[in-house]
Amino acid sequence: MRILPSGTTALLVEVDSLDEVLALYAALDEETPQGVVDVVPAARTVLVVTDPAISSLSEVEVAVRRAKPRRDRRAAGNLVEIPVRYDGEDLADVAALLELDPADVVRRHTGAEWTVAFSGFAPGFGYLTSASGGWDVPRRASPRTKVPAGSVALAGEFSGVYPRESPGGWQLIGRTDLAVFDLAREPAALLQPGVRVRFVDVGRP
Amino acid sequence: MTRAVTVLAPGPSTTVQDEGRPGQASLGIGRSGACDRASYRLANRLVGNAPGAAALEVTFGGLALRAEHDLVVVTTGAPCPGSPAHNAPELLPAGSELRLGAPTSGLRTYVAIRGGFLVPPVLGSRSTDVLSGLGPPPLSSGDVLPVGAPDASLPGVDVAPVADPPAGELAVRVLPGPRLDWFADEAWTTLTGQPYTVTSESNRVGVRLDGLPLDRRRTDELPSEGMVRGALQIPPSGRPVLFLADHPVTGGYPVVGYVADDDVDRCAQLRPGQALRFRTGQPG
Repeated sequence: MRILPSGTTALLVEVDSLDEVLALYAALDEETPQGVVDVVPAARTVLVVTDPAISSLSEVEVAVRRAKPRRDRRAAGNLVEIPVRYDGEDLADVAALLELDPADVVRRHTGAEWTVAFSGFAPGFGYLTSASGGWDVPRRASPRTKVPAGSVALAGEFSGVYPRESPGGWQLIGRTDLAVFDLAREPAALLQPGVRVRFVDVGRP
Repeated sequence: MTRAVTVLAPGPSTTVQDEGRPGQASLGIGRSGACDRASYRLANRLVGNAPGAAALEVTFGGLALRAEHDLVVVTTGAPCPGSPAHNAPELLPAGSELRLGAPTSGLRTYVAIRGGFLVPPVLGSRSTDVLSGLGPPPLSSGDVLPVGAPDASLPGVDVAPVADPPAGELAVRVLPGPRLDWFADEAWTTLTGQPYTVTSESNRVGVRLDGLPLDRRRTDELPSEGMVRGALQIPPSGRPVLFLADHPVTGGYPVVGYVADDDVDRCAQLRPGQALRFRTGQPG
C-alpha cells in the first residue's frame, strides 16, 4: 500500500490490484474512520476524502494503514439480476475479438458472476469485473456520440450498463430495460461497489 | 402571499447551490455545491440561515429578482453594482427588485435570502451539478423560487468585514500531487515559476489555464483515479486544469499538484484573462 498526497483534504491509497481495491474499500466502507466523508475506489486506488474540521490527514492515514482488508467480500454483496436482450451492435465484433461465436459470448457473459468494483464516468455507472476473468476487449476505435440508456457494454476487463444516454467508447453487446440509476428510487444507484451482478439472457424481441 | 422570489433575468448563468452531495462519490456522484464555499457560508450566516441552506450562485452578475414578500437578502463574493446588501443584510420589501450589474471584481456572487431557497432537493442537495446534470436546471426568466420560513434569529451583524476578490494577479498555495513523479524534473519549477492565465473555457467544473505546458516523464496511460476539488490535472496539452466543485469523480490524466483547499474558494472568483500564480505551500 502506497499513500500518495492529494491536497489538504484527501489521501490517495495506491495498491497493486483491483482485488486489493475491493478489499480495502470494503474495510473502509464497513468501518469508516472518523472524519472521512467519501471513500472513492477506482482501478488501482482508493481516494479517502476527509473533513479537516473533524480529523487531520495524519490521523486518517493511521486509520487507513490499520484497516484490515476484507478479501471475503466479493461473495458477500447483494445480488442484482439484470435482464438483457443480447442484440448489441458490437456483439459480432466482440465475438471476433475473443475468437468466439456470438452465442458463446452471451453464455460467458451470463455465466460469469460480476462484482461492481467502482463507479465513475456518470452517476450510477458501475465498473463490473468477473472473478473468473477472461475478458479483455479493447474500446471502440472511435467512440459513439450517443449510446442509448440501458446499453450493456464491455471494455478492457470491465462490463457496464449505461445509466442514461451519453457518449461512449465501450463495445455494445445488449440492452436492458432495468434502470440502473433512478432518482425516484431509494437507492438511486443499483450498482454500488461490492454489489454482485448476474446478467440474464431474455432472448430477442 | 407566499414567500418566494420571481426571476426576472438570470444573467449569464445563475444556479441554486448549497453544500452539495458529500458521501456519494463511490456511486459516481460528485460533491458539487457552491464553488466559493467561504462566500456562500458567509451569506447564510449573515441572514441567520442554518448551514446548508440553499443560495443562488450568480456568474458574472446580471441577475434580476422580484421579492413577492418582505424578504431579508444579502450578497457576498463578487461585488455587483445594484446590490444594496453586499456583505450586509437588507430588507427587500414585497414587490421590490434586486438587479445585479456586472461585478467590479471577481466572478461569482452569492445571493442568500433569510429562510433559504426551497427548490426540491435531488439526492440530498439542491445544488445544480453542471457536469452530471443532477439538481435543478440553471435559473430562467419567470422561475418562481419558494423561500422557507426563517429558522433562527438574525445575527447582530451589520457588515461583514471581508475583502473583495482581487482584480489583478492571484497567488495561491500549491502542494505536490499524487502523480508529480509522472512529470519531468523541471515541471514543479515551471508550475510555480510563472503565472498562468485563466481562459474563457472555465466553468464550475474547472478553471482552464494557459501558460507554459508541463512535460511528462511517463507517457503511459494512468488508470482513472479519484480526486477532489483543487486538483491540478494535466491533460495532453500540458496546460493545467484546476478542478472546482463540479469536477469529475475520477479522472485519467495525472494530477501534478493540489491547491490548498481554503485557496480553492479564491480561485473560484477568477475571471477569464486574470493571472494565477502558484506558490509552493506547506501541507496542513
